[in-house]
Amino acid sequence: MKADPAGVLTGAHYLDGDFACGEGAMAAGCRFTAGYPITPSTEVVERIARRFPTMGGLFIQMEDEMASMAAIVGASWTGTKTLTVTSGPGFSLMMENIGLAVMMETPCVVVNVQRGGPSTGLPTMTGQADMMQARWGSHGDYEIIALSPQSPQEAFDLMIDAFNLAELYRVPVLFMMDECVGHMTEKVVIPPAEEIEIVPRTLTSVPPGEYWPYHVNGKYVPEFARAGDGYRFHTTGLTHDERGYPDMSAECQEKCVHRLLEKIKNNADKIVRFDEEQTDGADVVVVSYGITARVARMGVDLARKKGLKVGIIRLIVVWPFPEKRIRELAGNIKAFVVPEINYGQMVLEVERCAAGQASAICVPHGGGGVHDPNDICEAIVRAAK
Amino acid sequence: MREYKHKLLGYLRREILPTTHCPGCGCGQVLNAFVNAIDDLEIDPKNIISVTGIGCSSWIPSPYLKCDTLHTTHGRAVAFATGVKVIRPQANVVVIAGDGDLAGIGGNHLIHAARRNVGLAVFLVNNYIYGMTGGQVSPTTPFGAVTTTTPYSNAEYPLNIAEVVAAAGANYVARWTTYHIRKLIAAMKEVLQKKGFSFIEIVSQCPVSYGRRVGLRDGVAFMEYFKKSSVGVGTAENMSEEELEGKIVVGKLVERHRIEFTESLRRINESCQKRASGE
Ligand SMILES: Cc1ncc(C[n+]2csc(CCOP(=O)(O)OP(=O)(O)O)c2C)c(N)n1
Repeated sequence: MKADPAGVLTGAHYLDGDFACGEGAMAAGCRFTAGYPITPSTEVVERIARRFPTMGGLFIQMEDEMASMAAIVGASWTGTKTLTVTSGPGFSLMMENIGLAVMMETPCVVVNVQRGGPSTGLPTMTGQADMMQARWGSHGDYEIIALSPQSPQEAFDLMIDAFNLAELYRVPVLFMMDECVGHMTEKVVIPPAEEIEIVPRTLTSVPPGEYWPYHVNGKYVPEFARAGDGYRFHTTGLTHDERGYPDMSAECQEKCVHRLLEKIKNNADKIVRFDEEQTDGADVVVVSYGITARVARMGVDLARKKGLKVGIIRLIVVWPFPEKRIRELAGNIKAFVVPEINYGQMVLEVERCAAGQASAICVPHGGGGVHDPNDICEAIVRAAK
Repeated sequence: MREYKHKLLGYLRREILPTTHCPGCGCGQVLNAFVNAIDDLEIDPKNIISVTGIGCSSWIPSPYLKCDTLHTTHGRAVAFATGVKVIRPQANVVVIAGDGDLAGIGGNHLIHAARRNVGLAVFLVNNYIYGMTGGQVSPTTPFGAVTTTTPYSNAEYPLNIAEVVAAAGANYVARWTTYHIRKLIAAMKEVLQKKGFSFIEIVSQCPVSYGRRVGLRDGVAFMEYFKKSSVGVGTAENMSEEELEGKIVVGKLVERHRIEFTESLRRINESCQKRASGE
């Protein structure tokens, strides 16, 4: 389906990442947003609140982030595309209802414009230290999808993908920006609506009375019925059978949770996305994402000038992680170098996949700024030895 | 033998009955009252969207009531329902949950939904206790009561949650008990027809996790206690604070006619759209 032109601000703009992200959401068809102000993410909802009325969208500033998350899950059950936006402290508060969205299989998008933590940390300065929280932050076993843009243009483009993935797999999709990308202003080109491909909410064709909300029929993703359409269905955060009814048994738990994991795991090849460059014959591959990918490129250029063979993997989809590709590369290279604005999160995943075949070297940064490209270059030089 | 079929059974999901509630619990009475109210009003269950939190009271509709039933997280039902209502303004969006859920962990959402005047019908089933978790003190447990987490005596004063919701700006607030079942049905009917945030505190009984520790052994003992302890709002107006000690004030506490939230939102959108199209 093509995008609704009402939400698409076609043209070339000079936008910061937060505004671009908001524009991406509206272009993707988001028509309900709930949020609670928090730096450095607030501009996303300010943009949306201003622009929503003419396209029939509704924004509510809720009383907190638990409410915001709950409201977008609720609104999504009416068939509407929904979004909430926050930063670290709010992301922590959203965790329980992100789990609810996972369990109920509710499409929605959560933006986290990351700042330095823990706790209140560095409200106005950048960080990338919520990457593992994105993966594991809510209790219980689950698989999630998370993306990380490196520029305002990508904040727009990937937002469309985030909404589409949420619909395809009926999961909350986490949009892991960072303050740097959120607050940097660059050229953003928004294409005409007819060039934007949108995945609409596919509604079940089964008539009311015969419909069960979690009956998958051998597929991974159940068919959706909207609340208010007369299906009289039941959905719950409790472990449930195909009818949606609570079933407190180990057998049902196994079935229910297994499919939630499999629908992402077994489709990982389709979901995973990364840029790859000059990895053929490389001794060292730099793995990075978000703003750090741009800084890392400068580090790589410095190292290449020294004659080193350095490849690049830039994660676009961070969860699920490109396990296969990292495994393959590990057999051919000496080391991975992983700069990130934290003390070592995604590097753990690289290390796990490299499984001792290549080393995984963390280039940490505590937050509040980006790496010095020289530090990344030095790490590459050391890794190549 | 002819199978006995209750005339209201069609409103329930027969395939998962009986309910999980304990003998003497008030939840059945609340379900009965609610189903009678929608039957009297001839509301098609297709137009009811039920949102619940976590606790025994949330199991009144979830999963038994045969309408769209969305069973969410502890305390967040009102916020979840706000998201539903703004997109489905024509539906009867109903929240049924306990005192721990709505007045404790979800208290802030309750206050703000009342302030916004979102068109939800909220029924807070106040059994004075955290029933599902086995009888811990709740924000509405009376001073001095023995519970599993106040094993000697409750040192806290209870929250008058209906007054809080009234002060927050709700369009309709009432309090009834499971003893006043006809009054409760009548009030539920008012609520289901009312625009804006509408709230009934339903004082109910939990003989198993609360009653037996405070000398009210079964449902009947509670009925007698509710009968003896309740006073109407009119009578209560002329009573002193001391005289009202230990009493349950029943009746309609507030009725207002402020514009409903989603209607306000839509009006703003319409005026923006008119302005944008140059009208
Ligand atoms: C976040 C969270 N905290 C705690 C619980 C455990 N819990 C389940 S029900 C409940 C209390 C229920 O009490 P109330 O809301 O009064 O309902 P009742 O069971 O008495 O009807 C609690 C604390 C939970 N499910 N989620």
